[in-house]
Amino acid sequence: MATYSFDEVNEMYVDILREIGNIGAGNATTAIASMLQLKINMNVPKVQLLTFQELGSVVCAEDETIVGIYLEVQGDIDGSMMFVMPLDSAHYLVNRLMGRDTEYKEPFDEMDMSALKEIGNIIAGSYLNALSSMTQLTIAPSVPYTAIDMAAAILSVPAIQFGKIGDNALLIETEFGDDMMINGFFILLPELDSYEKILSSLGISM
Amino acid sequence: MGDVIKVGMADLNVCKSPNIITTLGLGSCIGIAVYDSVTKIGGLAHIMLPDSTQIRNNSNKAKFADTGIEELIKRVTAAGASKARLKAKIAGGAKMFEVNGLSDVGNIGARNAEASKAKLRELGIPVIAEDTGLNFGRTVELHCETGEFYIKSVGKPLKII
Repeated sequence: MATYSFDEVNEMYVDILREIGNIGAGNATTAIASMLQLKINMNVPKVQLLTFQELGSVVCAEDETIVGIYLEVQGDIDGSMMFVMPLDSAHYLVNRLMGRDTEYKEPFDEMDMSALKEIGNIIAGSYLNALSSMTQLTIAPSVPYTAIDMAAAILSVPAIQFGKIGDNALLIETEFGDDMMINGFFILLPELDSYEKILSSLGISM
Repeated sequence: MGDVIKVGMADLNVCKSPNIITTLGLGSCIGIAVYDSVTKIGGLAHIMLPDSTQIRNNSNKAKFADTGIEELIKRVTAAGASKARLKAKIAGGAKMFEVNGLSDVGNIGARNAEASKAKLRELGIPVIAEDTGLNFGRTVELHCETGEFYIKSVGKPLKII
């Protein structure tokens, strides 16, 4: 067990994540599109392996506001996942869901926050479904938690988790939308022995 | 107004008057500022985890409260600050998500703050001000001309400690 370092695991893992990311983001996009009755286009997700210095500014400037949706994951895999997006994108999705003018930019109220959680549920759920059906592993997400704050502050949460095992963070950038492209990032944070489970369930021996 | 030196995540640096040293968007991480008011030399570390001895891959000293603070003191004293005159101010250690689940995401901020204070105490450096905990991110600036520690948060007034 755990004879591979995080960086070694990463090399194999990046390819797999890219594949899961493709399918997961595809699922998530379809789910959002049907919920919001949008015609949606999407771009091929990009997997990025970043240093902590780069991570804080991957979405936007480190002190600009972003939205983070965080879930814990249990079952065959233990860990957590996060979806982050710029404030603009979150406003756009919430406005569509609430049937408001898409230019509306007032701070989120309680209803908006719960809409945001629902969006988080759908995005994360679709993503985890892809991972689950590819690996045949049971993956149960917790309720989503949301935070709206400075980019670097929100991204410090996954950074700390990655920091325990290495000096890099792995994330998947996805873009989808109709008139406006939504730019979001998935960050999947399995515990180290869960990485091995994911890989071995896909037939890659460790 | 001097230059602004930027410190990243798991990073540290030193700074002299009239310059400013800053780190953007502290979440559960801690920003530890130390300052010598006579030479007006200070330093800032942005640590992510409480304890290097709990982690196998611990070569990056600035990532941890224990090794990061040691390295920070080494660097500021090498730059001319007197260790005996150093005073510390710390900020960060927020709980960014209201989780109550299995992982330590809920309490890592508090553990970081505690570990930072314990290490400073061990080194005999008094913590004269702190702004830690709660649930929001903080951008901090140490102004080496005055020793003031500026804390900026989204939707909140500037706080100077």
